[in-house]
This record gives sequence, C-alpha cells and structure tokens, in this order.
Amino acid sequence: MAISGYAIAAKRLFAHSLIRSFVMNDIYIILTASFIAISCALIGVFLVLRQMAMVGDAISHAVLPGIVLAYLFTGNRDSMVMLIGAVILGVLATLLIELFHKKTRLQEDAAIGVTFTWLFALGVILISVYSGQIDLDQDCVLYGEIAYVPLDLWFTNAGMNLGPRPLWIAGGLLIAVLFFVLRGYRGLFITSFHPDYAAALGISTVVWHYALMSMVSVTTVISFESVGAILVVALLIAPAAAAYLLTESLPKLLGLAAGFGVLSSLGGYYLAKWLDGSIAGAISVVAGLIFVVAFVISQARKKVSKKSPVLS
Amino acid sequence: METLLDFFSFADPNVRLVTLGTVLLGAAAAVVGSFAFLRKRALVGDAIAHAILPGIVLAYVISDSKNTLILMAGALVSGWVALLSMDYLSNKTKLKTDTVIGLILSVFFGLGIFLLTAVQHTGRGSQAGLDKFLFGKAASMTQNDVYIFAALSIILLLLTFVFYKAFKIVAFNRDYALTLGLPVKMAEFVLASLTVLAITTGIQAVGVVLMAALLITPAAAARSWTNSLVNMIFIAAFLGAFGGLVGSFISYTAPKMPTGPWIVMALSFFALFSLLFAPKRGVFSKLKLQRKNREKIITENFLKAFYLLGEQSGNPQQIITRQALLDYRDFPPTEIQFALRKLKKKLHIIALEDGWRLSKIGLKEAARVVRLHRLWEMYLTERMNMKSDHIHPNAETMEHIITPEVEAELIKELKRPEKDPHESTIPY
Repeated sequence: MAISGYAIAAKRLFAHSLIRSFVMNDIYIILTASFIAISCALIGVFLVLRQMAMVGDAISHAVLPGIVLAYLFTGNRDSMVMLIGAVILGVLATLLIELFHKKTRLQEDAAIGVTFTWLFALGVILISVYSGQIDLDQDCVLYGEIAYVPLDLWFTNAGMNLGPRPLWIAGGLLIAVLFFVLRGYRGLFITSFHPDYAAALGISTVVWHYALMSMVSVTTVISFESVGAILVVALLIAPAAAAYLLTESLPKLLGLAAGFGVLSSLGGYYLAKWLDGSIAGAISVVAGLIFVVAFVISQARKKVSKKSPVLS
Repeated sequence: METLLDFFSFADPNVRLVTLGTVLLGAAAAVVGSFAFLRKRALVGDAIAHAILPGIVLAYVISDSKNTLILMAGALVSGWVALLSMDYLSNKTKLKTDTVIGLILSVFFGLGIFLLTAVQHTGRGSQAGLDKFLFGKAASMTQNDVYIFAALSIILLLLTFVFYKAFKIVAFNRDYALTLGLPVKMAEFVLASLTVLAITTGIQAVGVVLMAALLITPAAAARSWTNSLVNMIFIAAFLGAFGGLVGSFISYTAPKMPTGPWIVMALSFFALFSLLFAPKRGVFSKLKLQRKNREKIITENFLKAFYLLGEQSGNPQQIITRQALLDYRDFPPTEIQFALRKLKKKLHIIALEDGWRLSKIGLKEAARVVRLHRLWEMYLTERMNMKSDHIHPNAETMEHIITPEVEAELIKELKRPEKDPHESTIPY
C-alpha cells in the first residue's frame, strides 16, 4: 500500500515537472530566438540602408571556414577563438569583395557571388575532411538546431543549473549589439545617410564600415548554431525591409525591425509546433508574412496619399 | 599517375556517368550564366537557386513521387514565382535590388526548409531524393539522372544558339533593342526560363548554396580573357566543363570528398588566376602597363629637358650637367637616376666626364616630343580658340599620348607651321 502511494506521488511529481519543463522549454527557445532576432534586425537595418544586404548574406556564408578552423584548433564550439575566427573570415570576405570589385574591376554582384561560394565551398570541404573531429554537419549549417536549446544546460562549478547555455550566449550578443548601436548611433547614422557629410566632419566611413561588418560576422556566427547560415539572412533582412516600407526615421526603423523580429520568433515557434517543422524555417516564414503585411499597408498608404490632394 | 589513368580510361561505368553529368552541367550553366553575368544578375541566380526548394517539396507532397522530372517541374514553378516576386517588389517598393534579392532568397528558402522538415516529421518515409537538391549529390547520379541532364543541357545550348542575337542585344543594350521594336520581353522571358532551368538542373550536382558559383564564376573568369561575347561564352563553357571534370576526378580519388565544393574550388581557382594573370584585363598586366607608361613619361620629360637646354644655348647636343637639369626643373634625385639609366640603356644619351649629351637618335626622339608639344599648342590656339597662356599644361600631357597617325593629321590640318604660339621653332 505504502509503496504504491509512493509510486503515485512520484508519478505526479514527474508529470508536474514534465509539464513545467515543457513550458520552460518553450520559453527558453522563444527567448533565445527573440534575442537573436532583435540583434539581427538592428544590424540588418543598417545593411538595408547601406544597400549591403547581399554583403551580409555573403558574410553569413563566408564565416563557415572560420568556424570550422577554430573548432579544429580548440575542439569546442563556444569559445572566443571561434568568434575571432569568424570575424577574421567575415572581414576577409568583405575585403576580398572590395578587392575584386576595385582592383580587377569585376562587377560587384559577381564579386560577391564568387567570394562567398568559394569560402563556403572551402568550409564544406574542411568539414568533410575532418568529419571525424567536428560535430558539425551540413544540415546544421543550413538550418541550425534551435530546438535543442533547452538540452544544452549550463552548470556552474558548484553544480548549479543556470539554464540553457545558448540563451546566455544570445543574451550576450543582444547586449553587445545594443551597446554597438547605441554607442555608435551617431557614426552609423551619418555614415549611412550622408557619407560625404561624414567625411567633411572627419568621421571615417571606412572605420564604421568595418566595424559594422565585424558586427555582422559576430551576429551571424552566434546565430549560426541556432538558425543556420541562410535563415540568419532572413532575420537580418526581412524585419528591416518590412520596417523600411513603413517608416524612414532611424529610431522608428530600429524599433519596428526589433519588434518584427520578436513577432517572427513568437509566431514562428508556434507555427513550427503546430505543423511539426523546423523552428528556424518557420521563423523565416513568419518574417516573410510580416513583410507581406507591411507591403500591403505601404501600398494602401500610397493610394491614400495619392487621393488626398483631391480631397483637400 | 595510375589513378589519373584509371580515371581517364573511364572503365568504371559509374565514373563515366558522373563525369559526363557534371561536365555537361558545368558547361550548360556557364553558358546561361554568361548572360546573367553580363546583365549584372549574378545574385538573382543565387536567389533562384535557394527559392526553388519550396517548389520541390510541394511537388513531392502533391505527386507523392521522387521522380526527378516531377520535382524539377515544381522547382521551375517556384523559381519563376521567386523571379516574378523580385521584379514586382523592385518595381513597386523603394527597396533596393540587394534587399529584395536577399529577402526573397532567405524567406523562400526558409519556407522550403520548413515544409521539408514538416514532411519529414509526418513520417512519409524517406525523402532522401529531396536531399540532393539541398546539398547536391553528383557522386550518386543515376543513369536516368544523367540522361535528363544531358537532354536539358543540349536543350539549353540549342536555345542559346537559336536566340543568341536576341540575348546579346538584351544583355548589352536593352533600351536600344526596345526602340528598335525587338521582342525584348520575349527574349527576357526565354532567357529567364533558361536560367531557372539551368539552376534547377545544376543544384542537383552542387547544391543550393554553391549553384551561384556554377553560373557566374566561369563567366567572371572568361570575361578577363576576351572582349567578344562568342569567345567569352566558349571560354566559360570550357571552364565550366573542366571544373566539372576536376570535381569528379577529386571525388573519384578520395571518395569521402564532396564533388560539388571541389567543382567550385576549381572554378574559383580559374577565376582568381584569370583575374590576376589574364593579358590586358588581368591585374598584373594592368600594373605592367601602368609602369611602362610611367617610365615613358619620365624618360620623355628628360629628353625634353635636354632638348630645351640645348635650344637655349644654341647647341642641340650640348653637354648637360646634373646641376643644369636641377636648375631646369626640381626633379627628385631617384627620378634623375632612373631616367638617366634608362636613356643610357636606349642609347639616347651618351655619358661624358662632366655630364651627358644627346646622341643622334636621342636628339631625334627629343625633337619628336617637343614637336608634339608645340604642334598641340598650335592646334589648341588655332582650332580650339584657347588663349596661348592656357595651353601649356594640356600639351604637357598630350605630348606623351599623340600617336604618329595623329601627328600626321595635325601637321596636315595646321599646314606644317614653323612656329608655335610662343614663337618657338617647331622642329621637324
């Protein structure tokens, strides 16, 4: 009798903690996705404004060999070495694109295409050469594994559970991006909108250019594990593009884009849960849907503003 | 060496198939890609390659088969939808092309991944057939696949041949084609269809991400070697085919190696080599030409200095000291050393104990430079109605550029004048 009562109590306890951990898992994944989405959206606004969206795409592919090499050297994933490797490769990709474009007069779109495919191919080859030593596969590269976020827990030396490690990393990324955007607001603003005026003020467009490219590299490499190389592009561009259709003031752009990013993460998570598909894929689908809504609103506004002179 | 012979004997029927398939794909994609490259639509190709994924998955879901042709039909439809959406958004919104391309690329691909994973989780059995569209599976091509690739490549090449003229004019001068009343829209439609078709075929060899390389890298390499479109297309096709060959060879010798990325590595190497070393358009030949021009300008300036100093003293072959040269113009010391060495080597000047003097051919050459300078000054005052105190700087540049043909024209046009606008004698 006593034993079975125990068993029932244990079952109840287990069921309870299971439910609780289900809810917690949802929250962990949504929070991680939102942190990444906000970081990407803020950086993406500047990429869209500077007409560098495809350079962002190229960087997100080009960091792959950097990640693989850093992984080979250090043997683990979350290390400073990885970040540094990725930043080096990201900046190298930008440099190569510029070099091809200016020195060999290869047109810019072709320069971008040649550079990132080359570096990505190098990354894939490295992965297959050292496949025994690297816990990275092509699927992960293409669409990440954000669903595993709750499994990668972070324990202190004393054994205390601090929650999922990717959540902490994404939070760190968000803080870094916020710091970059807020501290660099003036420089980013002037060099994005009035490069000539910036030069006249003595603000170096080159410095801000490479600072931004480094931030793109950091953001893509951290988002890489969660959402993969291609879907990070959706998070960079779609919220920023949608916001750009609705407003032209920079603070509003940043706010709207960040909001759209969070909305995409939230909607994407539940869409993925509903149809049992990839969370990262679903997030980009929702980001695309938000863009469609923004597009419809902007078109409707255009019609109204065309009619208004007749009314007044 | 033995493996090389083994490979090229093509005794293994599988090797034969894979090689044939990749070579045909490489060539066909490069031909179509040449036009995409010239129309500056390289990244549009990249976007289409990503955007065909949802079409493939939907085709699989609807037809419940993994038949390559059915999947490719789905891919074609979704590639077209992506292309039209990009055009529509660029025309309708203020978004720039790069944003639109990146948006369509990532959102369509995200949709594709979402559908693919959702289908996977419904447990409809293996969708291994769909994977080859993501990563490319050149090494595991079936005979049937190769027949399809061969047929499509031949269709692509034939259509390019038939529509060559229309494609050419669309690529180089679309507005002119429109004013001529040519069916530009039709040509663009055919070209876009061919591009989508080439991409749909090609990604089965190299995968979604690397498809852009198959399209544009051979074209970028070929562009360095020639200015003629026909030559460019042939070189691009050859490089594309050769890249396919290298890729299949490497994955033959090391079966663990993926074919697609190695094709791209080979193509990138060709492109880098071409951009650096091609004659005329390559980086190094351009640097060489720049150096040669600089050398010509410096030595000609020194010849002129010798001539003018001689003219002042009345003896054209007068001995000139280093100090005299410095008094004439404040030449940097390295430049003096460089120019005197070059001129001595060409026997234009003769080194003496207390200086240098012009040789006979040196005098002739110096007179030529001074003549061009003064003839051009004459032309500027006589024909361009410029004031005589405004013409010197321009003549300083032109004296190094005017060719013998232009010189003859000038003499004829100005009726062989004796004096220039500053009353100096023009030496003939």
